[in-house]
Amino acid sequence: MAVFHQTIHDLQAQLVSGELSAAALTEAVLQRLQAVEDRVHAYITLTPELAREQAAAADAAFARGDVSSPLQGIPLALKDNLCTQGIRTTCASHILEHFVPPYDATVVQRLRAAGAVFVGKANMDEFAMGSSTENSYFAPTCNPWGGLDYVPGGSSGGSAAAVAADACIAALGSDTGGSIRQPAAMTGVVGLKPTYGRVSRYGLVAFASSLDQIGPLTKDVRDAALMLQAIAGHDACDSTSGDVSVPDYSEGLDRGVRGMKLGVPREYFVDGMDPEVETAVRTGIDTLKQAGAEVVEVSLPHTKYAVATYYVLANAEASSNLARYDGVRYGLRAESEDLLTMYKRTRAEGFGTEVKRRIMLGTYALSSGYYDAYYKKAQQLRTLFRQDFRQAFEQCDALVTPVSPTPAFRLGERLDDPLQMYLADVFTAPVSLAGLPAISVPCGYTQQDLPIGLQLIAPPFCEALVLQVAAAFEMATDFHTKKPALD
Amino acid sequence: MISIAEVEHVAHLARLALSPDEQQRFTEQLNAILAYMDQLNEVPTDDVEPTSHVLDLVNVFRDDTARQLISVDDALQNAPESTHQYFVVPRIVE
Repeated sequence: MAVFHQTIHDLQAQLVSGELSAAALTEAVLQRLQAVEDRVHAYITLTPELAREQAAAADAAFARGDVSSPLQGIPLALKDNLCTQGIRTTCASHILEHFVPPYDATVVQRLRAAGAVFVGKANMDEFAMGSSTENSYFAPTCNPWGGLDYVPGGSSGGSAAAVAADACIAALGSDTGGSIRQPAAMTGVVGLKPTYGRVSRYGLVAFASSLDQIGPLTKDVRDAALMLQAIAGHDACDSTSGDVSVPDYSEGLDRGVRGMKLGVPREYFVDGMDPEVETAVRTGIDTLKQAGAEVVEVSLPHTKYAVATYYVLANAEASSNLARYDGVRYGLRAESEDLLTMYKRTRAEGFGTEVKRRIMLGTYALSSGYYDAYYKKAQQLRTLFRQDFRQAFEQCDALVTPVSPTPAFRLGERLDDPLQMYLADVFTAPVSLAGLPAISVPCGYTQQDLPIGLQLIAPPFCEALVLQVAAAFEMATDFHTKKPALD
Repeated sequence: MISIAEVEHVAHLARLALSPDEQQRFTEQLNAILAYMDQLNEVPTDDVEPTSHVLDLVNVFRDDTARQLISVDDALQNAPESTHQYFVVPRIVE
């Protein structure tokens, strides 16, 4: 097996023993990236020179016997909404096409300090608004599965496709309503959305501030634990990051699920669900049962309102957050004689259609006369979503559900139907509204060889539990070892 | 139902210049999406407190001490136009 196919934990052993150098690993990943990138389009900006410098520094540290973290010398991709000092950060938007941040996001600082290697900034839906990565100003990313005719999911579709295509060893993405879990499911990789507040958002370009959360996309569950370990924890620069101690996320991975109670919400198996997805998820639930878990049916009664609630709140927050793009301090400016016209033309030229549509929806939901009917109503629904989950967790330790009602869809198929695109978030958005940790792990493939994901959800700050169940599932299956036909 | 005139008004509030074609398309699409969102009215919420945030945080205070995070030059490096350590905008006072 080529080194670029391998996991962080496998490579780490070789790097520490000196069997493999970070420089050689980085060259192998950069070559692999070159070989697949013109077909997959996983990246917006490549940083091979930085990667080589970081690899050399990692090798020097290994030579001194200095191993600061399991990520030392590991080539990673970063979603392009994470600020990287001196490296342009575009959010896949024309308005930030030439933006070079003067500072690093906290997660980027932590990965640098851990000795990681950055190979590039991954493609995404513009400002993380989308479920297919087709809303990128630059180019859509193609799913490495299914003959490159399908979307990779979104909005972290570049990060997911890069991991699936072995064009990096692991990646960071961000998840607001499913943007890590859904692309992970559609590309057959592991994607973890931590609890809201588990990881600092400082330097993550804001979309919906009460929902956004950074997390890893990896080749297996152990790698997700290692990545989370490196980025989790309180940060004074993000007042919404939780001052909660960070456990050892790798420690309990082998404990299994014997004696554990897993809940299956009956509302998550609905009409219109793809039959192959339903079969794979139900088989996955049986796998966990055979591994020793007790499975109980639970109810999350407000599930059918999740998409409407989520899109009112996320768009309202987005319309407010994106007010900062005014052509004054950074980003694109459309020159004009007067200030108001300058604002309007700058934003008209700088934002893509989906971003404009969401700003319009959010502005409308917050505008005088409609605030109570939409925004306040959705905030009240959000309280009910939290109650639903709280009651479910009185009956079980964790929940097992599908990630998305369908496998990856064809490129272009849903572009003209925004509502259809939004409905893909029905099983991921409720988790985001309640701020809970959740993971997507591969649980099968369709007849057309498109990956299917299983979602595991736990109470706040119980990432270790989510990882433990996911690891038990992975141990009993081999879906995570399958690779797309790219060679 | 949201009208083209309302779409124009919302676009003005959001500081977006929309083409006539975009106004037309957004009016149709916003109506479809808002009709979907109207199903939230099926849920009685009279006695339900709104949630704006899932963490049990009220105020997070820190000491009010000055720190040098980035230099003025760095803060201005992405500005479309700047001079003498200021951002430059079109004239707003006659």
